[in-house]
Amino acid sequence: MSDSRLVHAHQFDDAEQQRDAASLGMWIFLATEVMFFGGMFLGYTIYRSMYAEAFAAASNRIDLIPGVINTTILILSSFTMASAVYHAALGRGRALQISLLLTIVLGAAFLGIKLYEYHEKFEELLVPGALFSFPAPFSAAAEIFFSFYFAMTGMHAVHMIIGFGLLAKLLFDARRGRYSAGYYTPVELVGLYWHFVDIVWIFLFPLLYLLGRHL
Amino acid sequence: MTSAHAITLKTYGAVFTALLLLTALTTGVAFLDLGSYFNTVIALTIACAKATLVLLYFMHLRYSRPLTWVIAGAGLFWFLIMITFTMSDVLTRETVTGLIR
Repeated sequence: MSDSRLVHAHQFDDAEQQRDAASLGMWIFLATEVMFFGGMFLGYTIYRSMYAEAFAAASNRIDLIPGVINTTILILSSFTMASAVYHAALGRGRALQISLLLTIVLGAAFLGIKLYEYHEKFEELLVPGALFSFPAPFSAAAEIFFSFYFAMTGMHAVHMIIGFGLLAKLLFDARRGRYSAGYYTPVELVGLYWHFVDIVWIFLFPLLYLLGRHL
Repeated sequence: MTSAHAITLKTYGAVFTALLLLTALTTGVAFLDLGSYFNTVIALTIACAKATLVLLYFMHLRYSRPLTWVIAGAGLFWFLIMITFTMSDVLTRETVTGLIR
């Protein structure tokens, strides 16, 4: 069954070329993702250059501990994802399944903590809108900061939820023995996606959580 | 062959440890008052170092074909163009309007 997957599609010279093409396609998609998130990073940069003090004050209202824990969890999940690809390449089905499961669990833990953080923001009236409340003189600009906070962490969370679906599909297929040392392209591609989402968070963490800690 | 075989679990472990240490470093440095300019530069430098580690090892870029580098570079280059050109406008607007008056 899985051996039939070794056969490449007719437009490719061999299985290796087919795998390279798939990987390249994923990289092109990720480049478009840079553009997608890039717009938000640009908006953030512009408004931060205009309201630097307010952004720092607003950033200090974010609880640091859950942010640090979440950064650690996400880095760990990138490690388990990398080991999933590693085991897949060596044809170790059992280790692949365990790595995928760990990645899903860690991703869920990240979103759980994110949910707690969002809840905190609602309770502290830091959600942009009619109830938003922040001490003068920064109230208006702080609302802009929290708009970026929710837009950027929210889009990041959406990407993680999509990642769950992809990981669940991988785990389902891995359990049915669909992958082997000769064919594990989907594992590799989802790995690229998951690591990209990790990179986005690597930038979000200092830009949202650490702005004004020294003040 | 693709890249995945070239990297051992030990290397992944080392990268993971480095990422954790850099996270601790960026969090610690944020509490030191180095002036908002240097605080930002250091935070972004550490973030770029972390992203580079993820790209090179977790995403196997180091062992990928030149064409993959071109695509990754294109994404980065486009982003830098957008930031540079936009900020060169935003940050100099007052200077320029001052000159016109």
